[in-house]
Amino acid sequence: MSSSDEATLVNKTIDTLLEQFPPAETEAKAFWAAQFDAGLAWVDFRIGDGGLGVSPSLRETVTRRLSEADAPIWNIAANLLGIGMGAGVLAAHGTEAQRKRWLRPMFLMEEIWCQMFSEPGAGSDVASLSMSAVRDGDEWILNGQKVWTTLAHISKWGMIVTRTDPDQPKHRGLTYFIVDMEAEGVDIRPLYQITGEAEFNEVFFDDVRVNDDQRIDDVGAGWGVAMTTLMNERVAIGGRIVPRNSGTIGAAMTLWNESGPSDIATRRELARLWAEVEAMRLTTLRAAENMQAGVPGPEGSTGKLTWAALNKEVTSFSVEMLGLDGATIPEGYSLEPTSYETREVERVMSPQRSFLRARANSIEGGTSQIMRNILGERVLGLPGEPRVDKDIPWKDVPRG
Amino acid sequence: MAERITFARTEEQTMLATTVRDFLEATVDMDTVREASLTENAFNREAWGGLVEMGLVGLHIPEQYGGAGFSFIETAIVFEELGRRVVPVPLLSSIMASAAILAAGSESQKEMLVPPIASGESTATLAVFEHAHDLDACATVANRVENGWSLTGTKRYVTDAPNADQFVVVASTDEGTRLFVVDASTAGVTIAPTPSLDATRPLGELGLEDVHVDSDACLSESDTTAAIRKALDVGVVALAQEQAGGAQRCLEMSVEYAKSRYQFGRAIGSFQAVKHMCADMLVAAEHAKSVATHAARTIDDADESAISVPLAKSVCSDAYIKAAGDTIQIHGGIGFTWEHDAHLYFKRAKSTALLLGSVNSYRDRLADAIGI
Ligand SMILES: Cc1cc2nc3c(=O)[nH]c(=O)nc-3n(C[C@H](O)[C@H](O)[C@H](O)COP(=O)(O)OP(=O)(O)OC[C@H]3O[C@@H](n4cnc5c(N)ncnc54)[C@H](O)[C@@H]3O)c2cc1C
Repeated sequence: MSSSDEATLVNKTIDTLLEQFPPAETEAKAFWAAQFDAGLAWVDFRIGDGGLGVSPSLRETVTRRLSEADAPIWNIAANLLGIGMGAGVLAAHGTEAQRKRWLRPMFLMEEIWCQMFSEPGAGSDVASLSMSAVRDGDEWILNGQKVWTTLAHISKWGMIVTRTDPDQPKHRGLTYFIVDMEAEGVDIRPLYQITGEAEFNEVFFDDVRVNDDQRIDDVGAGWGVAMTTLMNERVAIGGRIVPRNSGTIGAAMTLWNESGPSDIATRRELARLWAEVEAMRLTTLRAAENMQAGVPGPEGSTGKLTWAALNKEVTSFSVEMLGLDGATIPEGYSLEPTSYETREVERVMSPQRSFLRARANSIEGGTSQIMRNILGERVLGLPGEPRVDKDIPWKDVPRG
Repeated sequence: MAERITFARTEEQTMLATTVRDFLEATVDMDTVREASLTENAFNREAWGGLVEMGLVGLHIPEQYGGAGFSFIETAIVFEELGRRVVPVPLLSSIMASAAILAAGSESQKEMLVPPIASGESTATLAVFEHAHDLDACATVANRVENGWSLTGTKRYVTDAPNADQFVVVASTDEGTRLFVVDASTAGVTIAPTPSLDATRPLGELGLEDVHVDSDACLSESDTTAAIRKALDVGVVALAQEQAGGAQRCLEMSVEYAKSRYQFGRAIGSFQAVKHMCADMLVAAEHAKSVATHAARTIDDADESAISVPLAKSVCSDAYIKAAGDTIQIHGGIGFTWEHDAHLYFKRAKSTALLLGSVNSYRDRLADAIGI
């Protein structure tokens, strides 16, 4: 199909969906079911997997047209680790049975997903992780600890990287699974962050049994699957094609128009920030156009890097626009850690909250330093740094 | 925007880029650019001759006015390539002048004046500014005289003035602002080069002392503000493309050097301080490409260009200045020498950001357009 035929197909399919399931009269879940079955969940995926087998750049058309039609698209953000990352992993590495089992309930928000890569001893250097998985017939037994696991407390499924062969160098002895977060031996405890919320958790595994049919790709191939996950994560975070004037820059514009100071310098600074955000948005569009179907390449990393820096700038600017009010905490929002039971209660979205939350942007999903290393080495071909852990069995590498 | 934004080049456009790049690499030795930067009327006639021969000067000009009838995207591609080598040719001036005539002229004026510019036979430029800060100031006056007009005043910061055969001049009249086409050889015209920060793009002063021109030299009987704006916007978009090309070339030079220069027993590109500067430069160059391409694609869309033109000016100016500055840093001492190319890009970057109006003035325009 030519690219214009693909665009026509996608637009026609959207027309039909909106006609048969008018968003105003359709319950969100019924709409998502119809959207998935029409192949409009991830248009670049296979037919039957929620896709139409067309270019991934057409995802933007779907998001844009559905949001213009006021259709429910909040499942993407609410189940981001599933819809934005897990889905890409299943499409690239999953068996047909795995794709059939997991994609649809994920998109319909029946099952929330989380990602368990980071450990207390393995963050940026995630390949050095310790979580062990030992084979026992048709099952694997998992022991160890994960940390910073966003949404673990409401998740049904978790993507997990484990060490199955400690005698291999660190990248080689890893195996990837999808684990049931409700399984026996999984203990999830909240971790409170600077905003007072507990979006993330620490997760302990004590002899947790996982069936071998939940293994993704081969034994020992976990690093490749982890890389697919991270590429998808960086695109999900920084590569999402959003409408113009949305997100924190949109909030800053509203703030300016409603209560901003009216001096030229502040207005110019807002225009400059707007231009940078728009340049990033156009670059994302361009990257999506250039990207071949399937797995995004390292170029996806520019979006993550710039988004982190710009979101920090924009949210800081918004707090400044509040003047002295910026130094206060708005009604309905408390910075105190919420109780374990109430941590899902929605708090007022304020510029102050966005400002604090933005600090995580350059840490989560790969720090900005790591992003720059990736751009420098994989995109620009600059030499890597001297490595002290190269070709050494994982068990002999120093840790701390 | 109803239309889906696209950036991808057609096969023909990719071929055009390759052809122009190969030609410029073969023709424009960076040493000649450096030498030209010691003069006050830099003009690489060999490169210009080639562009003329390939029909690239009037690429986006409609066929009925002697051009090739392509879209502005093709012209933008040529500018990207020119920017990569800081080529001293008056293409920017030429397309701004023709854009002004096309926007303000009558049918017969367009038919008479545009073809020689499109063919490269005549080198034309736009003479708008007089004051360093107040870009709208216009003390140059035109008074009606028998059979025409008499112009008096001084235009400054005129790009390629020392090499121009023709000037499209903005002047105030009793009836409002008007545009006049004035030949360099007309009595009362003086042209003085202005020493420029970026001497590869010569600037000059155009003096007009009771210069008599025909009635036909006046391009429009009505207000010309929109035509002037359009001509400047065409210039800004061409420059944005040049800035994107220059930033990309800076990135390439820096990466090449970071791979081959060794200190402390390692390539300097393996040091994160250097590597991360290169990564940030990549981001800047990519952003510049995105906004410049978008501006070139939307230049004739009145609504979107109100955003895309100042957007391109804002992003590309900062991106190029940063890329060119960091290129000097990454090269160390050698990057600061006259012999190295880095300064040609650095001067071009700063000077381009200032040309046709400050970055801040475009941010103000952008603010108007996005409703803040
Ligand atoms: C809000 C939030 C949500 C998260 N959600 C999840 C999740 O759902 N699942 C999950 O698995 N993880 C999650 N993470 C964890 C995240 O991926 C890690 O925090 C991140 O990869 C960094 O690891 P670290 O915290 O151990 O820091 P370290 O890796 O210890 O880094 C500390 C500092 O050293 C720098 N550094 C490290 N290595 C290098 C190097 N080679 N070159 C230069 N500088 C270096 C880093 O940039 C950083 O500044 C989340 C984190 C946050 C903040």
